[in-house]
Order: sequence, then structure tokens, then C-alpha cells
Amino acid sequence: MSHADLTMEGHSAGLTSGSPFAIPTKKLAMWLFIIADTMTFAACLVAYLFLRNGTANWPTPFKFSPSIVNVMLMTFILISSSLTMLMGLRNAQAGNKAAAFRWILITAAAGAVFALLHLREWMGMIGEGVTLFHNPWGSGLFGAAFFSVTGLHLLHVTSGVIALLAVGVRYQGGRYNADDIEILGLYWHFVDIVWMFVVPLIYLLNIAR
Amino acid sequence: MHDMSAHAAQHHAPPTSFIRKHVFSLDHKVIGKQYYGLALIAVFAGMVLSWLMRIHLAWGAAPIPGLELLSKNGAPAGVITPEYYLQLMTMHATIMVFFVLTTAPFAAFGNFFLPIQVGAEDMPFPHFNMMSFWVTFTAFLVLMASFFVPDGPTLGGWTQYAPLSAVGKVAGPGQGTGVILWAASIAIFCVGQLLGSLNFITTTLDLRVKGMSLMRLPLSAWGWFITSCMGLTAFAVLMPACILLILDHVAGTSFFVPSNLVLNDQLQPHSGGSTLLWQHLFWFFGHPEVYIAIVPGMGIVSHVLITSMRRPMLSHRVLIYSMGALAVLSYMVYGHHMFVSGMNPVSSLAFSFPTLMITIPSTIIVLIWIGSLYGSKLRITAASLFALGFVSMFVSGGVSGFFLAQPSIDIMLHATYFVVGHFHMVMGVAAMFGIFSGTYFWFPKMTGRMMNETLGKIHFWLSFVGTYCIFMPFHYLGMAGNVRRYSAFVDDYTMRLIPVHKFITVAAIATGCAQFIFLYNLIHSRFKGKPAPDNPWEATSLEWSTPTTPPPHNNFGDKLPVVYHDPYQYGVKSSTGDYVMQASPEQVATPHEEK
Repeated sequence: MSHADLTMEGHSAGLTSGSPFAIPTKKLAMWLFIIADTMTFAACLVAYLFLRNGTANWPTPFKFSPSIVNVMLMTFILISSSLTMLMGLRNAQAGNKAAAFRWILITAAAGAVFALLHLREWMGMIGEGVTLFHNPWGSGLFGAAFFSVTGLHLLHVTSGVIALLAVGVRYQGGRYNADDIEILGLYWHFVDIVWMFVVPLIYLLNIAR
Repeated sequence: MHDMSAHAAQHHAPPTSFIRKHVFSLDHKVIGKQYYGLALIAVFAGMVLSWLMRIHLAWGAAPIPGLELLSKNGAPAGVITPEYYLQLMTMHATIMVFFVLTTAPFAAFGNFFLPIQVGAEDMPFPHFNMMSFWVTFTAFLVLMASFFVPDGPTLGGWTQYAPLSAVGKVAGPGQGTGVILWAASIAIFCVGQLLGSLNFITTTLDLRVKGMSLMRLPLSAWGWFITSCMGLTAFAVLMPACILLILDHVAGTSFFVPSNLVLNDQLQPHSGGSTLLWQHLFWFFGHPEVYIAIVPGMGIVSHVLITSMRRPMLSHRVLIYSMGALAVLSYMVYGHHMFVSGMNPVSSLAFSFPTLMITIPSTIIVLIWIGSLYGSKLRITAASLFALGFVSMFVSGGVSGFFLAQPSIDIMLHATYFVVGHFHMVMGVAAMFGIFSGTYFWFPKMTGRMMNETLGKIHFWLSFVGTYCIFMPFHYLGMAGNVRRYSAFVDDYTMRLIPVHKFITVAAIATGCAQFIFLYNLIHSRFKGKPAPDNPWEATSLEWSTPTTPPPHNNFGDKLPVVYHDPYQYGVKSSTGDYVMQASPEQVATPHEEK
């Protein structure tokens, strides 16, 4: 223990006082992950736009109802879940453990509902004949781009829900603290922000005309 | 409170079992050595592949004894087929670029020395670090496995240009399973390097000891830090690109295959994709990768040169800023690989401009090296010789970059041996010299034993002369119009160049044999070398302040060092001689200011 104290003094007292980089290591790591993940999403979205731009018969299948209405509902749920995440963090920082845990569970539930709505939409599209290489309306690339971009996002939401439950339970059990909630929150808000790029680029660009 | 968890993660007790100590170790020093071992295996594998290619180019009809055992179809009776030649070439490049030039200077030395140079006990996420190595090792095994699948490895080149990489077997042997294994290997490799980069950046920013400001970091640490910033963003783009490529194979998508493609009289069942998209995604990673290979070498070589010159660089700051500028610009220049791809010529112009710009920080770095060397009393060691060799290779290879940066010239030289000579010198061999320099310099600290200096110097001169004999004639061949990637030269004008190819082949085999001197020196010194003192080169940075050599499990024993000085206080009067160590509280009369 004395050894650990000595280390902490060596690291935090001298170096980080007044340093612009005085950011806890785990939080920094999450930011770095977000940077890398941003590059991954950007690569996929740019690839999609590149292909879309070069394809004459790009399909625009999304009708206001049900597609866009469904997406608006999903967006509303995901943005609201960022708010509930924030409530969880505020309560955790204030020391209201039970309330914080409850808000985290609500956030996870919202994520799960988002994923279910998304899957329902997927099943509907698959039912209409959209595959990774074919669809009834135009270029087969549409399905490949749609499923890979939204699939990547869905993967993030699903992992996020699992992480929320895992971190929430460990927070409840006292192994994690408010900082860990904050770090997980960063990830959750990031997934939310990515969705704000997916909606206009994947859905609104392809509204039926 | 914040730091508690991070440092709790960083602390781990010394392992007791063999497996935790040497195999699944959390110790950054062991992981660094594991990376070095992987690179060593990979580099000899890659070298043997290059020998096979060179022998075939010079004496095409001559059978290579035993080769038919490796591939019955690829080398019937020991004579390499054109397809097998391309397979060997692809594997040579992939092994060298990913598993040698990325792992050795960055992951191996960086893992071992970055935490020590910043004064940390380990990296903040030791489990990620362990995963990083084992994931990379898995990637290597997956790549190697492609030698043993029925059609052999892919023949698409390390760039895997679409559509031939995306349509499967119809494009040639190895383009089915071979490409899938290749893409899977590289995607796995990306995960390993992302984990590594995450650790490197957090180590540099968060784990510096008291007194270690960013500008007090040694240049080698800066090299690794800048490289890890590139790694974090570049590998994150290559990974999805490889996954999309695999999807084109296994899921029937057509990201990279255009409509109406006919191969071997078969209309391909793909439509609508773009071959250029692959090139964009690949080179957006690919060009930063060049700097991922070379920037750690720049840092290592600067570190070694300063120690040997006994004085700091003309400007510590400008050198760091220039390396940073290389990193930023490396993302804006990638299109210069695509001048003849059919991309809009206006784009070529737009990519040509930053490409010429990137020569400015490169030139500044070289001028700082040469200006600092001028008039210095250089201590000639194997490490400093290889550092000088690095500078020489970087300049010789870099100068041809000025030509290739311009589309009007590149159109003539593209896909010729001129380009092969250019990148082998500036990225391949220069980075190798950086690895050698780092090895001779740090071997005492890594193993506790000295390497044999005489053998090291012989190794240097043979490698230095040999390398120029191999790669300088490549430029000549290219200007004479000798295209690359051909397995045989049967046109009138290329037939006349075959004597040059024979010369290169002899030089390549001789230079390759000289590397066994290094291997002998490495292995022999590891077990029988003279015991190394704690600071054999009279150097100043923290890795030479460890209480034992090699450093103990937690690097600095019971007490973390405190940093009192800028990294390179040489040529000063002190109680130890002409230098003051960073961790020494001794005040000197005229310390060097950071400039």
C-alpha cells in the first residue's frame, strides 16, 4: 500500500498539477478508443457515400411511413437514453447509488428497445427482398451499405447495453465508482452521436421521391 | 481518487510461474522482447522469400532444390511459376511491412523502452498490452497458414488491389482462400496495433514521472508517441476495409467489384462496386503506415546519434515538430500512390502538392541531423554507424521521392523498379538500419550483456555497401523501363537488363548472408556476452538509471526517479564526466536549454 501511495505521489503530485493532460488514464483511453472508432465509422460512411455517388440507379426506398416514422422513434429513444445516462451519472456523482443504478438500467432498457426496433426494421426489409447483394429497387450495393453501416452501429448499441448492465451491476456491488459511469457514458453518447450521422446519410438521403 | 484505479491497474506483482513470466506476461519488457522475437522470425522468413524471387529473376530456368516440397504446383521441379512468383512477392511484402517494420521499431522497442523512458512502472493497461502481442502473433499464424492451403497464399501484392482481390479463385491461385486469410490476418493485426497504440499514448501522457514534461521526453519516446497517434487512426481504417473485402468474398457483396466484369470469359456475379474505393481506403492507411515504419526509426536514431555525438541536436523542438508534421501530412498525401489509377487528374494535382510539402519537414529533420553531426566528435560504435547508415538510406531513398511526387514524372516511373528502389531504401532498409541501431544500442539494457562491437561493425559495413549494391541499380532499371512484378523478362529491352538483375541477386544473397553475422552476434551475446554495466554508453535518459540491468520487474525498484534535466545534457562539466543524467539532481554550470 505504501508502495502504491509513493507511486501516486510520483505521478500525480508533480506531473499533473496544472497540466493540460491531467485526465484520468481510463478516461483518456476511452477518448482514444472513440477517436479510433470515429475513424472506423468515417471509413464506412465515406465508402458508402463514395459508392452512392458513383451509382446511377441508387434506390431511394424509405417512405415517410413507416420507415422514417420508425427512425424518428428510434432516434427519440436513443437521444433520450443519453439523457437518462446523464441522470445516472449525476446521481452517481451525488452518491445516490440506488437512483444511479435505476437510471443506468433505464438507459440499458432504452438501448435494448432501440435494438429491437432496429431489428424489426431489418426483418421488414429482408422480407421485402433486400439482401447484401440484391434488392427490388435498384443497385444491389444499397443493401450492402445499409446493412454494414447500420449493422456496425447496432453492434455498438448491443455492446453498449451489455456494458451498461455489467458496469451497472459492478457499480451496485461497489467495485466501480462514478468515474467508471462517466467513462461508459462517454461511449454511450458517442454511439448516440454516430447515429446522428447515420440517420441523415443512410435514411434521409434515401427518402422515396 | 481518479488516479487510483489507473495506477492500481498498472501495478502487478512479479509473476512466479513460467507461463506468466515468459509466455502470457503482463510485463511490458517481456512483451517488447516477444515482439522483437516475432520480428526476427518474420524478417528471416521475408528475406528467404526475397532470395527466391531474386534467384528466379536472374536465372529463371534454374531449379531451386527443395522448393517443390513447399509448393508442388507453385514450383514444379523447383522452378517458380509466374503465379508462385507473385505469391512469394505478396508474402514477402506483407511479412516485411506488417510483421517487421511495424513490430520491431514501434512495438518491440517502444514496448520495452517507452515506459522506462517516461519513468513508469509499466503501461496503464497491461492486459491490453499482452493481448496486443498475442493478437499480433495470431495474425502472423493466420498469414503463414495461407502457405499451406491448397492454392497457396494470395498473389495480389501487399496492396491487394481490387477487383482481382475481391472476386475469388477466378482471378488466380490464392485469390480465394488466400485473400480471405490475408485480409483476416491484417484485420486481426489492426486490432493488436490499436490496443498497442492505446497503451503507448496513455503511457506517454499520463504516466510520466515528476519533472518529466513533454519536452523533456527523449526523442525516441517522441517517435513512439507520434507513431502511436498515427497507428490509432490508420489501423482503424484498414480494419473495416479488410472486413469489407472479406464480405465481398463470403457474403456476395460488391463493394470493390464493378459491374460487367469478365474474367477468364466468365461474367462475374457482382455489380456496382468501385475498384478505386479499395485503393482510397487502403492508401489512407497505407501512407501513414510508411511513417509508422520510419518515425520510430527517426526517434531511435536521433537518440543514438546524440549519445554518440555527446551533444544535443541543433533543435530538439523543431525535430519533434517536424516528426509531428510528417504524421499530420501523411494523411493528406496518400493519393500519390494512385496517380495512374484513373482517378481524376485534378485529384492527382491536389495530392501532389502536399506530397511535395511533406519533403519540407523531412528535409528539416535531415538538416538537423547533418548540422548537428557537423564538427562533432562522434563516438564510432556499431549503433552510431547504423544510425549514420539510417540517415544515408533515408536521404538516398528520399531524394527519388521528389521525382515520384510529381504526376508528370510518376506516370513514366510508376510500376517500374524505380519505385521499388525508392521505397525499399527510404522505408524498408532505412527502418531496418534503425532497428539495428536500436538493437546494438539497447541490447545491454535488454539482456544485461554487451554485443560484440567488432562483429557489429563488420555487419554494418557489409550491410551498408550491400544495400546500396542492391537498391541503387533498381533506380537505373526503372528508368530503363523495367516494370515491376514480372516474373521473367523476355522483351528485347528487358533482356539486356538481366546482367543488372544478376548483379542485384548476387548482392542480395551476399547481404542476406551478412545478416547471419548479426544473428550469431545476437544469440551468442545473449548467453555468452560480456556482462553489461548499467550505463555502458554514458547516456542520460531514464532507461540508464534503472537499479539493475536488465531492469527489475517494476523498472525502478522501490523509488521512482525524479527528472531534473532536459533529456540530453551532454558536453557539460559534472562529477560523472561530460554528461548529467535526467534523474540526477546535480546542477551544472551551463545546462543546455531546450531549443
